[in-house]
Amino acid sequence: MYLEELSNLPGVSGDEGKVRRAIIELLNGQPVRVGSDSMGNVLVRKEGRGGSTRAMLAAHMDEVGLMVISIEKNGLLKFKAVGGIDSRVLVAKTVRVGPDGIPGVIGGKAVHLQKEAEWKKPYEVEQLFIDIGAKNKEEAEKYVKIGAYVSFDTGFAALGDGCCLGKAFDDRAGCAAILELLMEKDGPGFDAAFTVQEEVGARGARVAAYTLKPERALALEGTAAADTPGTAKEKSSTMLGCGPAVSIMDRSLIVNREILQQIIKAGENAGVPFQFRRFTGGGTDAGAIALSREGVKAGVVAVPCRYIHSPLSILKESDYKQTVNLVRAWLESLA
Amino acid sequence: MESLIKDLSEAYGPSGEETLVRTLLEDLIKEHVDRTFTDNLGNLFALREGPAPLLMVSAHMDEIGVIVTHIDEKGFIRLAPVGGLLPHLLVGQRLRFKDGTVGTVYHEKLKEIKELDWSKLYLDIGAESAAAARKRVEVGDLACLHQPFAVLGERYLGKAMDDRAGCAILLEVARRLPPELPRSVCFVFSVQEEVGLRGAITAAYRLNPGYGLAVDVTRVGDTPEAPLMDIALGKGPAIKVKDSSMISHPRVRGFMIDTAVAAGIPYQLEVLERGGTDAGAIHVSREGVPSGTLSIPCRYVHTPSEMVDAGDVRHAAALLEKLCATPWP
Repeated sequence: MYLEELSNLPGVSGDEGKVRRAIIELLNGQPVRVGSDSMGNVLVRKEGRGGSTRAMLAAHMDEVGLMVISIEKNGLLKFKAVGGIDSRVLVAKTVRVGPDGIPGVIGGKAVHLQKEAEWKKPYEVEQLFIDIGAKNKEEAEKYVKIGAYVSFDTGFAALGDGCCLGKAFDDRAGCAAILELLMEKDGPGFDAAFTVQEEVGARGARVAAYTLKPERALALEGTAAADTPGTAKEKSSTMLGCGPAVSIMDRSLIVNREILQQIIKAGENAGVPFQFRRFTGGGTDAGAIALSREGVKAGVVAVPCRYIHSPLSILKESDYKQTVNLVRAWLESLA
Repeated sequence: MESLIKDLSEAYGPSGEETLVRTLLEDLIKEHVDRTFTDNLGNLFALREGPAPLLMVSAHMDEIGVIVTHIDEKGFIRLAPVGGLLPHLLVGQRLRFKDGTVGTVYHEKLKEIKELDWSKLYLDIGAESAAAARKRVEVGDLACLHQPFAVLGERYLGKAMDDRAGCAILLEVARRLPPELPRSVCFVFSVQEEVGLRGAITAAYRLNPGYGLAVDVTRVGDTPEAPLMDIALGKGPAIKVKDSSMISHPRVRGFMIDTAVAAGIPYQLEVLERGGTDAGAIHVSREGVPSGTLSIPCRYVHTPSEMVDAGDVRHAAALLEKLCATPWP
């Protein structure tokens, strides 16, 4: 599975180079055409059945993370979030700072030293700092520059009953799924975009779609699952183990009716289980792609992931595999 | 125009599912234009050919509505809004799906009415089980408000006057235009305006127009204790100066005012603090498009009963006809 390799790489929005190089390396020698653009998107064309339908698959390479904004006199680093992060989960997490991956930890005031009122409120980003063990500003500056990217340091692991744990499943799961479809011999043809800067506003997808001029498109995503205690099913959005999540609408897109019907029919005909995403917030690359040039029919298929936009998430391998199956079935239905 | 507005107001067309209202509009307009066509998002274009540059006139055919997010084992349906719709307006309101299925909305038990939000609302279509409900409705289906049109003296009351009143004006003008035009005019019935001017973005890219005009409703300040807004029903269509999507191009706005004055058509000037129209998307398309908006004053926008004035609608049509048939500066 490509998911492990891709999940372990750092690639905060705007700093997707390591992920991009890994994807290009994996595609080396495959019968596909690979290119990239000035923003850093990787664009791939796979010839095959249905290749004339101008279908585009998109997954974003970037992940949420942090950026260093100042270095304090005592050598601690102040930072801001890149993309939507729950600041309550940051404290005491290990991170990697800058291009060389300097190890660090996100620190806050120790619990003994907090006043009672402070216990009751979660840390805000302004109260936290990254500690790389530097004794003062001068020493820290030898290792870290202002503007350095910071990514979470969570290693991929297999877990329990067919589950995987790791960081950045949103959206390395989508990237891995597209890679699998690109590697398949005799599979359906399509254009693929591995995009940059989705987490800060689907910026890469906008120019990738402009270049590729697709007629129809699917974004492959990692989406939130809230099938945890105390959440009723109708409020859970998606559930692990129930197959890929098919979007009906989100903040950026009303899924094209024709595409939605095609996905449902393809899934039913191929016997692929799927669920609908019962949440209409959030946005994906598909929103930007749909509005490209003269308009693109677009939809979203996602792997349900618990705890996304945090330092780690959990997905079920069977959901991931069925996502590949559902998207393949959709592509084949166009041929 | 009364029966036209009635038919359009009552037609089904929530954002993202505009095919029924589009078919209705296409049937009505095709004999009055050189050709009609649609695009990938579902926009309807009705083109009158003439010299360049082209004038794009846009009214959106979508309306606010809801989307089905979940059907429970008893057949009750959970909803999310499509466009700016407040949950408390839906309690006791009927909704209608594309196939005509109707249901009514109510809420779970509440300690106080202010606890009401979308997660507390459900739709009851009279199904006794999930299986029975799913024969008629599926997750992802869209519903519109179900509300009959009414004529109240000089005023029209109905759902989706935003922006079927604008669509009716475009149709009326298309019927009246002379055989020779000073430039091409493309009437665009756009999709998905209510969720972010999305149809107009791709429509403007395709047409690459020289000028853009949106015809849409605007809010009024003439009701009891209304927020300050210097627009009233019955005082003529409004020529937009600014809203949160666009500052009207001064040349376009000036030409609209001059045309109204020359033709003796009453008008009001509009500054809308929050809200946007298709012109917001058109004017930043490609290399930029000088654009303006002709607004129809409307009370109770984004409720099941939106009210416009018949005279305002007539005057808006008269002004738009002049704007399409006169050479622009």
